[in-house]
Amino acid sequence: MKASHSYWQLFCAVYCKDLTLAFRQRAEIVNPLLFFLIVITLFPLAIGPEPALLSRMAPGIIWVAALLSTMLGLDKVFRDDFNDGSLEQLIASSYPLPLSVLAKVLAHWTITGLPMVLMAPVFALLMNLDTQLLTATLLTLLIGTPLLSFIGAIGAALTVALQKGGILMSLLVLPLYIPVLIFATSAIDTSSMSLAYGGQLAILGAMLAVAAVMAPLAISSALKVSVS
Amino acid sequence: MLEIKSVTCVKQERCLFESLSFALDAGQIMQVEGPNGAGKTSLLRIIAGFANADDGDVTFEGYSISERYDDFAAELLFIGHKTGVNGQLTAYENVCHWLDVHGYQRAENIYDILAQLGLVGLEDVPVRTLSAGQQRRVALARLWMNNAKVWILDEPFTALDKKGVAMLQQQFMHQLDRGGAILLTTHQDLTAQFSGLKKVILEYRH
Repeated sequence: MKASHSYWQLFCAVYCKDLTLAFRQRAEIVNPLLFFLIVITLFPLAIGPEPALLSRMAPGIIWVAALLSTMLGLDKVFRDDFNDGSLEQLIASSYPLPLSVLAKVLAHWTITGLPMVLMAPVFALLMNLDTQLLTATLLTLLIGTPLLSFIGAIGAALTVALQKGGILMSLLVLPLYIPVLIFATSAIDTSSMSLAYGGQLAILGAMLAVAAVMAPLAISSALKVSVS
Repeated sequence: MLEIKSVTCVKQERCLFESLSFALDAGQIMQVEGPNGAGKTSLLRIIAGFANADDGDVTFEGYSISERYDDFAAELLFIGHKTGVNGQLTAYENVCHWLDVHGYQRAENIYDILAQLGLVGLEDVPVRTLSAGQQRRVALARLWMNNAKVWILDEPFTALDKKGVAMLQQQFMHQLDRGGAILLTTHQDLTAQFSGLKKVILEYRH
């Protein structure tokens, strides 16, 4: 009955399960997006609708909103699986745990990060962002949001066993988000001066590459500690 | 096959058990007995490799499970208090997901097995709408579709009716006949006659 080990089969099983669950409880997809939208619509009201001021602040606002709404969904990444025992079943599988973890993190990004990247052009209109800045914002979001998911999932895995781990998770994760925020906003700043911002993007890309390799290992160890 | 070598477990400054040793061979079923809080679940979690013992070692076919956990996991089937059944998914999806994650091929007779477990017509409704006993049956369906050598079951009879308990014990027989081993905790006495039944009794220690 035992099939030959197919890592792809495991990856798809874990990834599809999380997506199916997200589509069944739509709030999980809608909530972060709604939060993102609320922040972006409230800012012009609060600071005044002056176009020059808005387009100066827009990339920063979009980035901070994206960062916060990523964190909103993080607590859920491992919480349900921890509570119903699925996490134990993943650990007790003969497949490597980091692979299942990678699938779960990518599922989280597909549910929260990807919709934000796709909606960003619409939000950019609200903030009077020109095309040049929009391209830079989109590129940094595309590389940056998966990075946020990878880093955040480490915090989520460490705090999953705690009853109210949300605040502790934010404390753990926020300092690690700061470099991402700095390089992303610096890329956008550079682009606003019509200079090449490939350097900052390359650094973000390098950070993503390291996180994609190392974070699943760290998350797996953290989950094993949380489960025991 | 499975050897527990002088394992000690301390929780919240209370020693649950100390230097506990026993072995489980192919074709044997071992029942862990003891009052609430005696450390039955802790023992099972140590043997399944989820928790580390404070002292001692667990070996499977001669190797330490902590050193080669993936090899051990391939031969292990664990169902704990938390069964790993997702309430939002249907019974069929739960079973398929479990098979995928553990590298088993999706058998064609999944619906037959679920029917055998008394879940006819409930295969495609979310599991959270089923009764506790039915949810337990969805988890236990795994016992009918695996070839793990070791089954570790924590209170498998919880919420099951008499017919369910009898059916489960039939499946235990089948597992023992094909050379597997079973380690379980239960407060009920096993009603079927198992030739290879062994018992470990844990005392509540203050």
